[in-house]
Amino acid sequence: MPDTPYLIAAVAISATVTWALRALPFAVLAPLRASSTVQYLSTRMPAGVMVILLAYCLRDLHLTEVRAIAPLAALAVTIGLHLWRRNALLSILGGTTVHVVLASTLFAH
Amino acid sequence: MGLGLVPLGLAFGVLVTQSGLAWWWASAFTALIYAGSFEFLLVALVAAVAPLGTVALTAFLVNIRHVFYTLSFPLHRVRGRLAKAYSTFALTDEAYALATSEQARSWPSRRILWLQLYMHLYWVGGATAGGLLGSLIPDSVTGLEFALTALFTVLALDAIRDRRDDLPTPVLALLSALVARLLFPGQMMLAAFVLFAAALLTRHLTARTRTRRA
Repeated sequence: MPDTPYLIAAVAISATVTWALRALPFAVLAPLRASSTVQYLSTRMPAGVMVILLAYCLRDLHLTEVRAIAPLAALAVTIGLHLWRRNALLSILGGTTVHVVLASTLFAH
Repeated sequence: MGLGLVPLGLAFGVLVTQSGLAWWWASAFTALIYAGSFEFLLVALVAAVAPLGTVALTAFLVNIRHVFYTLSFPLHRVRGRLAKAYSTFALTDEAYALATSEQARSWPSRRILWLQLYMHLYWVGGATAGGLLGSLIPDSVTGLEFALTALFTVLALDAIRDRRDDLPTPVLALLSALVARLLFPGQMMLAAFVLFAAALLTRHLTARTRTRRA
């Protein structure tokens, strides 16, 4: 069981590393912003970055196992709801509910 | 959009109490670190009392992607030293996705900051509520972590829709992720970002050479 000083240190370290990664590059990379290559990258990166983060979330999915049905069904519901209603809250709630229900009942282990 | 962070925060708060920590650690984590996907990993790390060096390295590897965000996040439109400091602190995936979207082109400083602050509050509020409710939820209820997957699904669909004429980009990203998963399973996220950036650069340079020849 983690004690309080350890948890405080873990939070402090995480916060420092995270903030440094978000703040320092602005100073270092500022001169690059005017370049056409950086502008090309920056307009195309957002969509790709989100696709990669989504793939990362699903990295442990074993398509051959029956258990994979829960996340796959939840993913289909999230995509379906979002294409249909374009309401982020509804899509996230709907997909997560399907996953929790399937993972806690049919595919509980 | 920001409201989508409430179910995610709830899921996070429940996860914190399910791993044996006091409910208010959910508030502390979300208020002070504010990096959603990393925090889900951090709960697993501290529950296992992982060495602090491992915590630092994981924070670095999971959040290194934010270096790429600084290339296009409109920090130059945020006025004031304190405001800029907070804006970088709160530069999450969601803040990046929204501030770089089509509709945000004309947003002034205030609008960007409020957006970040609102999302921060939704996240902390959701996590605190989840932490408080967590003890009421039986351990047999699992699978809440899917909220994070659902969030990225929504952000990806919105970002792709913003540039619907440019389908090769998400396809390249998906291929980068698959290759990274196969070749570098231990460092999938970092490898995928590097591959994707390299693929975009190659595409840009070949397109430029082609126009020059024509």
